[in-house]
Amino acid sequence: MKLKADRLFEGITRLAALSLIGIVLLMGLMLFVQAWPSMQAFGFSFIFGSDWDPVAEHYGILPIIYGTLVSSFLAVLIAAPLGIGIAIFLSELAPPGLAQVLGMLIEWLAAIPSVIYGLWGIFFLVPWLRQTVEPVLIQWLGFTPFFQGPAYGIGMLAAGLILSIMILPIISSITREVLKAVPLEQREAALALGATRWETTRLAVLRYGRSGIIGAVFLGLGRALGETMAVTMVIGNRAQIKASLLAPAQTMASVVANEFSEATGKLHIASLVEVGFILMLITLLINAVARLLVLRMGGEHLK
Amino acid sequence: MKNLFKNLMKKTAVAALALCLLSTAAVAAESLLINGAGATFPYPLYSKWFAEYHKAHSDIQFNYQSIGSGGGIQQITAKTVDFGATDAPMSSGDMSATDAPLFHIPTTLGAVVVSYNAPISGELKLSGEVIANIYLGKITKWNDPAIAALNSGVTLPATDILVVYRSDGSGTTYVFTDYLTKVSGAWSGKIGTGKSVKWPVGIGAKGNEGVTGMIKQTPGALGYVELNYAIENKLPYASVSNKAGKFIKPTVATVSAAASDVSKIPADYRVSITDSAAAEAYPISSFTYLLVYIKQTDAAKGKALVDFLNWAMTEGQKISPSLNYSPLPEALVAKVQKTISEIKIK
Repeated sequence: MKLKADRLFEGITRLAALSLIGIVLLMGLMLFVQAWPSMQAFGFSFIFGSDWDPVAEHYGILPIIYGTLVSSFLAVLIAAPLGIGIAIFLSELAPPGLAQVLGMLIEWLAAIPSVIYGLWGIFFLVPWLRQTVEPVLIQWLGFTPFFQGPAYGIGMLAAGLILSIMILPIISSITREVLKAVPLEQREAALALGATRWETTRLAVLRYGRSGIIGAVFLGLGRALGETMAVTMVIGNRAQIKASLLAPAQTMASVVANEFSEATGKLHIASLVEVGFILMLITLLINAVARLLVLRMGGEHLK
Repeated sequence: MKNLFKNLMKKTAVAALALCLLSTAAVAAESLLINGAGATFPYPLYSKWFAEYHKAHSDIQFNYQSIGSGGGIQQITAKTVDFGATDAPMSSGDMSATDAPLFHIPTTLGAVVVSYNAPISGELKLSGEVIANIYLGKITKWNDPAIAALNSGVTLPATDILVVYRSDGSGTTYVFTDYLTKVSGAWSGKIGTGKSVKWPVGIGAKGNEGVTGMIKQTPGALGYVELNYAIENKLPYASVSNKAGKFIKPTVATVSAAASDVSKIPADYRVSITDSAAAEAYPISSFTYLLVYIKQTDAAKGKALVDFLNWAMTEGQKISPSLNYSPLPEALVAKVQKTISEIKIK
């Protein structure tokens, strides 16, 4: 027997949930409609072409997709071990007072606006990379294809580093919550069987929270994919595919942010909207893959 | 007792609110607000003009949003602002999209300079062809023979040139590429003119500030910025050879000289003055315009706008040099004043 109030409550919450889905679908639809002229003109050669030329009105975004994916994956490569390590330290090893203070400081990192990261990047990170880090990398690792070319400071490496700092708080705080949620019995059982501190953490805690940790990493990846301001200031804005991390690159969010306000000509605007549409699709795809991975790894308790 | 108190509080609150609304309405009614939006390049000059004009006419307030030339054109077409501002003149396509004709009123001249960070003793001299070849990637070192040929007696380092361009769409890029298209057949065939172009080499920085920052920080960098940015940040900039064959250093005077041949300027002022033939002209100069509808539908705003434009042509031009903006040549001012008088106020 449902009371009228209950039915009303159910109705309102259902409406809220559906409207959220509705907003996302409407956004996708709007992007699709605005991007249609560009889709008609270029078809799939938009995704596989390499020529972003606003004067000849010919657009292909393969290097830009490359820039987005590589900078984001580089960020996750750096931030995931660091973030998980921080979370383990704060939840397992640190004294409670220190854990609280450090945790707060790391979460403050998340509150810093993106453009401030960009400015810090330009004035501190880039000169440091150009003068100190990159010459060393070229000297010792220059035989690999990843560290070739002149040391500008600006480029894929700078973008990857800034992104990794920006997604670190996300990964570490969610991982910390996941680790905290591991039941005490798991740890006690491992300790009772004679495990060391590290073995307990590895076998009982990390394995139990594995799916949650993967979820945290993918959330961080999602943020890195869409990050605009900080990246556009340090990546060099050059749409090219180069193996070297020292070379400049371009990302999808960055090209839209740079060119949209002065874009005239229907095809230019439509192409920029199509870039946004494809970015949205890529983000949704990665989130879907993350969910699938979590489910397959037995994350029933997180469904 | 409690109810009486509550009642009294309510009445006081309503009275206070009414008083506030009335007073703001009274204040608002006193000053006329005129909204404009557009180019970022002339923003410092317009800010100063609006402030000075307001001092003389305290009942008129101008509000300007520097959202970029593209935004300015869009907003004046949509009539969400009373005037627009743009560096590059509107294309015929843009002009036919407005539902009423508008005037381009040139207000000042700007210059794009080639700035650099290299240990060069003395001044750097460049030609249009050389600049184009640097940006095409054909000239990669500072001591390339083509650069050395123009700079005899100056020691040039043997290092690489790091080319910097604008990553965002901008009027500055438009003027720069317009000039390169005129002076280099290779550039015009391969790249062309635009607010965003496909740069063959180099790295992009956002905004004039971004390019300035990049040049300042990176040894060997070379980039193009507006003249005021180079002056404000004490960056060295090159003299460029003009059509008449002279090497001209960009100054307030040499930029004004680019518009000195008034006969070459059409009646609607929509013209590119890069690569000017005038003897003392700096070749990478351009107008910046205010966009106003020829038929002003709001009488009060229309009159205020016309008065301001006339002030800008007389008093305003005197203020320009102090901010490193070039005033319009005298002969051109007379022509523009005539155009302003053709604005019809309902």
